[in-house]
Amino acid sequence: MFIVVSLAILITMGLALARAIAGPTVYDRIAAVNLFGTKTVLLIAVWAFISGRTDLLDIALVYALINFIGVIAVLKLVTVGDFHSSSVDETDPAKADTE
Amino acid sequence: MIDLIINIILLAFLAITAVAIIRSTNLFASIMLFGIFSLLSATLFVVMDALDVAFTEAAVGAGISTILMLTTLVLTKNHNEKRSHAHRPWLSLAVVIITGMVLVYGTLDIPGFGDPAAPANMHVAQYYINNALPETGVPNIVTAVLASYRGFDTLGEVAVIFTAGVAVLLLLGGKPSIPNSNSNPGINKKREEDET
Repeated sequence: MFIVVSLAILITMGLALARAIAGPTVYDRIAAVNLFGTKTVLLIAVWAFISGRTDLLDIALVYALINFIGVIAVLKLVTVGDFHSSSVDETDPAKADTE
Repeated sequence: MIDLIINIILLAFLAITAVAIIRSTNLFASIMLFGIFSLLSATLFVVMDALDVAFTEAAVGAGISTILMLTTLVLTKNHNEKRSHAHRPWLSLAVVIITGMVLVYGTLDIPGFGDPAAPANMHVAQYYINNALPETGVPNIVTAVLASYRGFDTLGEVAVIFTAGVAVLLLLGGKPSIPNSNSNPGINKKREEDET
């Protein structure tokens, strides 16, 4: 069963890789990298059960954290432009909505 | 059996990603593909039981360096500039292929993976295996070597990495006098009106 699951995850990784290579817009590629990171976490978790080393699950959790923070940083860089003018630009959509 | 299949598929993905990075003319796509490349390498390291290397690869390769390269890309403002393929890389290709063949030839003499009779495992490794736990009290031998036997070396590495981090933050993070900053609310207001 774990073998089938790992093969399915690998196929999904291939699809995400194709989207990252082909993706026309910036957000396609960001979504593809995020998906790829999630599949990495899942593959490591499945591998933990295949090899019987369940301490790998902690590594998978840390990978999920790194992936999340990385995607947040990439999105902020793409939409805002840099890190330090965030407090002004972040409120822009909210102001636009309320106005 | 399944680990062989996973290894082959992951290595094929690595090759596809590398070719895509080389062929890509969009710098943002290249950076994103570098992130995927690092994630693939980290997964391969996990499958090969090198947990600490995999963790470093995921944190530095997929996390930090992607963000650093993106920050550099944003700062240099050539987001949509196309890279040209005008140069003729035949000399470089020949050098790379010859170097790769020499390296592969060199691996033929390397003893097998995890071979207990390998020269690297015959000298100090035996000492660490026998004495690491009673001398340091750390159950993981790799951690014992890094944190106890080579403690000062690791401390120096921490100092180097901290210095590099401070330098990178100064280069990429500290530019308070541009129009798009908090210190100049009038321009921000104007820009906001233009956008809306």
